[in-house]
Amino acid sequence: MSNVRLMKGNEAIAEAAIRAGCNAYFGYPITPQSEIIEYLAEVGRERGMIVMQVESEVAAINMVYGASGAGARAMTSSSSPGISLMQEGISYMASAELPALVVNINRGGPGLGTIQPAQGDYFQATKGGGHGDYHLIVLAPASCQEMADFVFDAFDLADTYRNPVMILADGALGQMMEKVVFKEHTKTNHSFDKSWATTGKPTTRERNIITSLFIQPEKMEAVNLHLQKKYQTICNNEIRYQLVDTDDAEIVLVAYGLSARICHRAAELARENGLNVGLLRPITLYPFPYPILHELRRKVKGIMVVELNAGQMLEDVQLGVEGMIPVEFYGRMGGIIPSPDEIYEKIMEFKKMKLNKKSPAAFQPMQQSN
Amino acid sequence: MNEILDKTYLEQNDLECVWEKPDTLTDTRMHYCPGCGHGVVHKVLMEVVQELNIQSEIIGVAPVGCSVFAYNYLNIDMQEAAHGRAAAVATGIKRVLPNNYVFSYQGDGDLAAIGTAETIHAANRGENILVIFINNAIYGMTGGQMAPTTILGMKTSTTPFGREGETQGFPFRITELIAQLPGVYYVTRQAVHTPNAVRQLKKSFLKAFQIQKEKKGYCLIEVVSNCPSGWKMTPVVSNQWMEENMFPVYPLGDKKIDGKLVND
Ligand SMILES: Cc1ncc(C[n+]2csc(CCOP(=O)(O)OP(=O)(O)O)c2C)c(N)n1
Ligand code: SF4
Repeated sequence: MSNVRLMKGNEAIAEAAIRAGCNAYFGYPITPQSEIIEYLAEVGRERGMIVMQVESEVAAINMVYGASGAGARAMTSSSSPGISLMQEGISYMASAELPALVVNINRGGPGLGTIQPAQGDYFQATKGGGHGDYHLIVLAPASCQEMADFVFDAFDLADTYRNPVMILADGALGQMMEKVVFKEHTKTNHSFDKSWATTGKPTTRERNIITSLFIQPEKMEAVNLHLQKKYQTICNNEIRYQLVDTDDAEIVLVAYGLSARICHRAAELARENGLNVGLLRPITLYPFPYPILHELRRKVKGIMVVELNAGQMLEDVQLGVEGMIPVEFYGRMGGIIPSPDEIYEKIMEFKKMKLNKKSPAAFQPMQQSN
Repeated sequence: MNEILDKTYLEQNDLECVWEKPDTLTDTRMHYCPGCGHGVVHKVLMEVVQELNIQSEIIGVAPVGCSVFAYNYLNIDMQEAAHGRAAAVATGIKRVLPNNYVFSYQGDGDLAAIGTAETIHAANRGENILVIFINNAIYGMTGGQMAPTTILGMKTSTTPFGREGETQGFPFRITELIAQLPGVYYVTRQAVHTPNAVRQLKKSFLKAFQIQKEKKGYCLIEVVSNCPSGWKMTPVVSNQWMEENMFPVYPLGDKKIDGKLVND
């Protein structure tokens, strides 16, 4: 099996899942991610993976629950409306502490929306999404290469913390083709202790129970406190981000996924025109890189958040800078992807209008320009 | 442990032990209401697991409903599923552990209302699992509301004037429906209101696990049961009521054997 391939982001995810030793995939087709199930149905099955197209996203996530509870490396993938249907199961998995990979190739919403790329599911992915106090670990790739790499990381993180992990990417990343180099992975399902799994009770141990039901308030609170402690450990140890040219930057763009790639070019354009602009790209959206924003707010004059939504990560950035410097927002919705020029112009407007006045952080998203 | 069940007590008093709690049941006191069928079905099921000596190979899925705590009593590995999703969870387990025995245990609200899709599709895929379906015609846990299986004229907290088909739908005979599907191998409807009925149920469990061992396909065992609390009747009266009113709508007996529909 060649280690260098030209493939779609969705295919990269699927191929990486096979190589990461994923035992079972359960899913339901939805654009723009159906290549994942299609690739796995062909290639994954041939290479020994259980691959099932099932009746709904509700069923799919609950099969992931069962398979993970039985000790397997399990995954599903979907896009926005399908992920909404999975939220019940994801909440149950977070509570029962079951590892799994959930891929969301985000399309435009709300509702049935559009099949075009968008980042409108940020809140849903990072703030719980289902009921109760829980978090997923959320990874945001920005290239086909990362679509592959993050699958390995996602399974390892899921197994390390016994927590569902989400890869959140937009439709464009799922659909575009790039060179992908597959690395050797060292950890498999067998690298992790799964003595908690339900595999049939031998006489040598107590029965194993996978549940999210804790009817006594004291027990339920203890479970919640345990989960919160785990999320704190994750926040302490797993924050990932990329910084580009921030050392001498006056303005820093904050963007993830596809919009980060566009912002990268916009920052270059700004530099070509004499304005020092850098980029912070959060790679983990949960845990969010607040610490790096704490540092940046002392070093730079202003921050501009760019997303393919109405301003969702914006709130986390505002929390990170705590009103100490102006924060501007530029977003497009409905599947429209801004060009680097468009963002460059917004940076220049921002510099002119806001940066020289000592104005507090702007909480209203900037008006859309058409 | 109750003194009466103590072996040395029996020996010393020259008494014969006629029934012993199997090791596959824990010592935990069950939370079910007096006279409720759930506890009896648990006992029969675990007797069978003990007799077949498959404790180390079996994984159960508990539902949302009165039997949500089944895993407290069944001394086997278990997973608790979201409301209605037990057949999907069981599918996930069975697909990654095809050589283990897997069953789900579900009430009528769980299996025939919120989980209809998961129930029908697991059956239609011919999943090699056993689905145990407790039909007490009511939502017991949430306080006696109408279930899809509530019979016409039956009063519940959400059909205070009695269920009327025209506005509230008709009793859902999901077992007959499922029996039609090609991947389904064995379907039967049993009860636990008499010792004889309990013996019949035991035979069905043995048969279903044999089928699962041979990987022949999907099995569904419906148990028509009572809910003295939800029905607001004493246990004895509830069993009489069940015989008179539920059995005509839900006739006992095999619906499909060896993949063939039983003509009645
Ligand atoms: C998503 C969801 N909806 C509703 C409920 C509330 N609920 C708990 S048990 C139950 C009905 C269970 O009835 P049944 O399956 O017939 O089992 P029984 O209690 O009669 O044994 C309902 C509606 C829930 N827990 N989750
Ligand atoms: S409420 Fe009904 S079904 Fe539930 S335990 Fe009591 S009698 Fe049984």
